[in-house]
Amino acid sequence: MAYRTHVLICGGTGCVSSGSFELRGVFTAELQKQGLAKEVQVIITGCQGFCAEGPIMIVQPDGVFYCGVQKKDIPNLVTEHLLKGRPVKKLMYTPPVEKVPIPALKDIPFFAKQRLVVLRNRGLIDPERIDDYIAVGGYTALVKALTEMTPEDIISEIKRSGLRGRGGGGFPAGIKWETCRRAAQKRGVAPVVVCNADEGDPGAFMDRSIIECDPHSVVEGMIIGASAIGCSEGFVYIRHEYPIARERLLKALEQARDYGLLGNDILGTGLNFDIEIVQGAGAFVCGESTALMASLEGKIGEPRAKYIHTVEYGYKNQPTNLNNVETWANVPLIVNRGAGWFSSMGTGDVAENPWGGSSGTKVFSLVGKVNNTGLIEVPMGISLREIIFDIGGGIPGGREFKAVQTGGPSGGCLPSSLLDMPVDFDSLTEAGSMMGSGGMIVMDDHTCMVDVARYFINFLTEESCGKCIPCREGLRHSLRILNNISDGNGRPEDVDLLQEMGEVMQDSCLCALGTSAPNPVLSTLRYFKGEYEAHIKDHRCPGGVCKALVEYSIDQQLCDGCHACVPACSTQAITGKVKEKHTLDKTKCIKCGACIEVCKREAVLRV
Amino acid sequence: MPKLTIEDLKRISEQAKATMTLRSGTARAKVTVHMGTCGISAGAREVMAALLKEIETGGVTDVLVGTSGCAGLCSREPMATVEIRGQPPVKYVDLSPEKMGQVFRKHVMGGTILMEYALAAGSETTG
Repeated sequence: MAYRTHVLICGGTGCVSSGSFELRGVFTAELQKQGLAKEVQVIITGCQGFCAEGPIMIVQPDGVFYCGVQKKDIPNLVTEHLLKGRPVKKLMYTPPVEKVPIPALKDIPFFAKQRLVVLRNRGLIDPERIDDYIAVGGYTALVKALTEMTPEDIISEIKRSGLRGRGGGGFPAGIKWETCRRAAQKRGVAPVVVCNADEGDPGAFMDRSIIECDPHSVVEGMIIGASAIGCSEGFVYIRHEYPIARERLLKALEQARDYGLLGNDILGTGLNFDIEIVQGAGAFVCGESTALMASLEGKIGEPRAKYIHTVEYGYKNQPTNLNNVETWANVPLIVNRGAGWFSSMGTGDVAENPWGGSSGTKVFSLVGKVNNTGLIEVPMGISLREIIFDIGGGIPGGREFKAVQTGGPSGGCLPSSLLDMPVDFDSLTEAGSMMGSGGMIVMDDHTCMVDVARYFINFLTEESCGKCIPCREGLRHSLRILNNISDGNGRPEDVDLLQEMGEVMQDSCLCALGTSAPNPVLSTLRYFKGEYEAHIKDHRCPGGVCKALVEYSIDQQLCDGCHACVPACSTQAITGKVKEKHTLDKTKCIKCGACIEVCKREAVLRV
Repeated sequence: MPKLTIEDLKRISEQAKATMTLRSGTARAKVTVHMGTCGISAGAREVMAALLKEIETGGVTDVLVGTSGCAGLCSREPMATVEIRGQPPVKYVDLSPEKMGQVFRKHVMGGTILMEYALAAGSETTG
């Protein structure tokens, strides 16, 4: 049915906290009263980016923009504007006298394509003040969960939202909660909730930033989870390297305890729950669920075989529900705004089956050879191209894009042919990488893919706990082969051997660290096999990185004698007078690349 | 602190809004320095110190100062957001203590946006 007018009420977090949902109800009732219900439709929209003046409302097709609308304004607004067609001047936005001469934040590509759900309060609230969080609607989801919903309702809402674990595996959170609750009831043992803040991927800092900018969103999510699962005990396992995040979280817990939001009889509802912070010593493997729980218990952080899951026998053999920081931070909004709202973002259909798609948003740390490095949050299903070229602003220095590494050491490198692939759990896995916790490292044409694989395998070799043979030996020997290839001693059969070892590891390692460890090798073999062959057969490194395979020289045509490279060279390998052609002594050169960095004319050759 | 009831939560929300936002408070302007790990390592603490010094030496009483987490664009830290009542917030990037001083004097006190250091005006898209 067609409406003559649409009223768009902003449903961004800012406007919701200043009452836009209530406005919708009042508005609809008033339309009914004045007999306009069939002519005017009220729609809640996404954020309009002008949160400072909320609640915001736009009447279309008139294009009239109202701000700061209160409930009492509505009867008059409906009569005057919608019935009589006279826009209400006093509610219309008046731009400041002096027109702001700078671009709007939401028109800047870095911000325009982001959609902030988990990071809704970034930059807006003081993370060390619980009152700030409460002012923007914090802990209202907890009230709703405790007073209007049964534990089953909460679990069903999370299930239908399609929320999948943001720590890497992508396991549906609702199913995990349900399994944990049932296991606890069946065994009559108290369950435990744990927040995994042991973010260890190189180049990843999403969870740290979430805790640093909005610790209470994680705490609130955990309390809601605890009430749904039936826990009275919770832990945050945070790595030792995150002092600021830990401090803010400690403060948040203390304030929540002071307000009675943690402890006994929370908000007078009878719920007892508290959270303890446990510091990890920074072992990468402790991000893995069973190793994390061993570490929580004070044992050596080593994984165990998982024919019995931790949701049944986890921390001290209690049923244990482990979710990561970002997953927990999503929970309050899903409870407040509903599963339908959450699953309207993202890909696939999760209404019946949480595995059916990837709903919601994902936070990424965008780093490497990209102009705008930073912390971004985007709807699931956005393309890699949009992330790297629109939000990231492309590759610095006009260089060419070569690959993007997603999912950290366990992820893989994706080439430019996959730039238009949607970013969601299943697409990334299919392409041989993974969502992981959300690190995204962009690489340009000066990157050597063999060297990248070598870097990650070296990292994993050091971090492998050594408990199972495929991981311990597979990594060690993969690294040895990659070192040989990089040193110019690769053998033609090495490529097949790397492939075979990788596949064995995928099939036989004890934990996810091991089964995903060959991904950096397998994905570079899949998409950049030519680079391996160039190293092995032609003794050439196309990225110009592997020192044994490159030589430096100065292009006598391009050099203008600016002399910038001479002081930059620490071994005095470059000589020449100002405004004369310079030369490079290969016997002195240590191939450090300092001259390339300073040469403005690209006269230093590296082949 | 006695335990909160659900009604208390609503009351705190209203009270805190008054001090956080300029809409209902008595302050004329608010300056937020973004202090995530990225901001602090780029010098946000020094920027904050410079801001507080400006306020102290100027005897300014109607400007709120706040801290917050990472603003997202880590490569342009330290960042600060200046909000004058009735105007969209303006984000400043690549700040130093000296630049913060200039921003405070020209924009917060003088009312003119310092274009050289400003990135953009407005809020981000949420929800």
